[in-house]
Amino acid sequence: MAKILLHGTEAICEGAIRNGCRAFFGYPITPQNEVPEYMSVKMPQLGGVFVQAESEVAAINMVYGAAGAGIRAMTSSSSPGISLKQEGISYIACARIPCVIVNIMRAGPGLGGILPAQGDYFQATKGGGHGDYHLIVLAPSSVQEACDFTYKAFDLADRYRVPVMLLADGMIGQLMEPVELPPMRELWQIPEKPWATSGHFGKDRRILNSLIIKPEDLEPHIAQMQKTYEEIYQKERRADCYKTEDAELILTAYGTVARICKSAVNTLRKMGIKAGCIRPLTLYPFPDDTYRACAEKAQTKAFLSVELSLGQMVEDVKLSVEGKKPVYFYGRTGGNVPDEEEIVRAAQDALSKAEGRR
Amino acid sequence: MIKILLAGQGGQGVLSAGKFLAESGLHEGKEVSYLPAYGPEMRGGTANCSVIISEEEISSPLCNVPDVLIAMNGPSFHKFTSRVRSGGVVLVNGSISDCYAGRDDVRVYDIPANDLAMEAGDVRSANMVMMGALCAVTGIVKERSILNCLREKFVGKPAVCEVNEKAFRAGLNAAERQ
Repeated sequence: MAKILLHGTEAICEGAIRNGCRAFFGYPITPQNEVPEYMSVKMPQLGGVFVQAESEVAAINMVYGAAGAGIRAMTSSSSPGISLKQEGISYIACARIPCVIVNIMRAGPGLGGILPAQGDYFQATKGGGHGDYHLIVLAPSSVQEACDFTYKAFDLADRYRVPVMLLADGMIGQLMEPVELPPMRELWQIPEKPWATSGHFGKDRRILNSLIIKPEDLEPHIAQMQKTYEEIYQKERRADCYKTEDAELILTAYGTVARICKSAVNTLRKMGIKAGCIRPLTLYPFPDDTYRACAEKAQTKAFLSVELSLGQMVEDVKLSVEGKKPVYFYGRTGGNVPDEEEIVRAAQDALSKAEGRR
Repeated sequence: MIKILLAGQGGQGVLSAGKFLAESGLHEGKEVSYLPAYGPEMRGGTANCSVIISEEEISSPLCNVPDVLIAMNGPSFHKFTSRVRSGGVVLVNGSISDCYAGRDDVRVYDIPANDLAMEAGDVRSANMVMMGALCAVTGIVKERSILNCLREKFVGKPAVCEVNEKAFRAGLNAAERQ
């Protein structure tokens, strides 16, 4: 199929629609308003459901209900809206209902600004809501990936009965690039859900609940969830390596920043510095194996995590590197995006610091 | 790879011209990216977008140092000219802006886009005048690709399409004369 020019948010919608999403609930917030706009047109055409809810809290609980009935359901928002959804996300995780949540991150904290940021990394990967749970978190860095990852998110969610979050910064949401759309999947091709509360019809009684009041019931329930997270960790860690084979300095970033880092790697190599870039595709589970493999190589001198935050992913990088090599950080906040030269300078600084340590 | 920054006032068709350009690049099988500067914008405010057209994969979609600046009005001409790469090109809407760049390492083309657009039949086609000038000066996309995109966009509105085509050709000629 020929490539077409698509907006990041439209690509997310197409990825969802083409993998059977037939229910969308949302509340407007910049920079993701084009998602509900697009869905409000497409859902009715496909016999699906679109509701502009009265609030983010309502929207996530509508997802809870629709996805509980076995429909592939999605909601999207941006940082402050995602904070409002956290209670619902925790309930959905406990009730083990698969769904997809899109977060097009803007600058925080608070109402913040509407420009791109990556300050929600902790929230997305370390819980967000209350209790012991995890989401699978995917981080696209192009419009094509925004489409493909959303498509994949529905399959992952169903396979593990875990909510999946697509974590993109505002720039991925607003960028237009050529996209090759995946084929449209028919609804009958989607595996049946033997747990869904889709009506009695002579079946056994099914209950989806997040209130498990007896401690002797709740602990095994959480243990079961933990087993799933362990399986996800074993099977779903993904990262993309760019010129890391012989690199002495490993840059690492996700989303838009990873692309700028790639440019920086090429510039650094022209200057005679062997740089490479690790780009995690899954932020949870974090691809620690990729980092560890690089940290164990003799020629690797240092890591530099570049983020649109004050330093969040860098903690996971440090945990993965296990102190074998120094890990440095460079970040911008407030909606500012570093350019290539800035990252090149930060990389040179990191390398000279690492060499000074010896 | 060529990085183009289009800037002007909201309503001058800056964003739609950028989309046209990206679509045309895609039609020719090139890699393209289009990034609108989205901020707390309002009607009558500023608008700008970055378009990159490349033979290879585009890594950074940012356009902090453009090769080409298309400035649709005076304020954006003065705001962005300093950013243009040395040896780059600036196309400025001379109808409503002066053309003094304050530097001599960029080539400035004075295109009276508003006047030419009014001659073509509608001042709103000033963006297409600039597209014409861009084609003539850089050759980054072929005339045919832009015209095909125009016809696709305005299918069912032949009068609008004709005005835009006229404006496009006026821009081509204006740039070729300089």
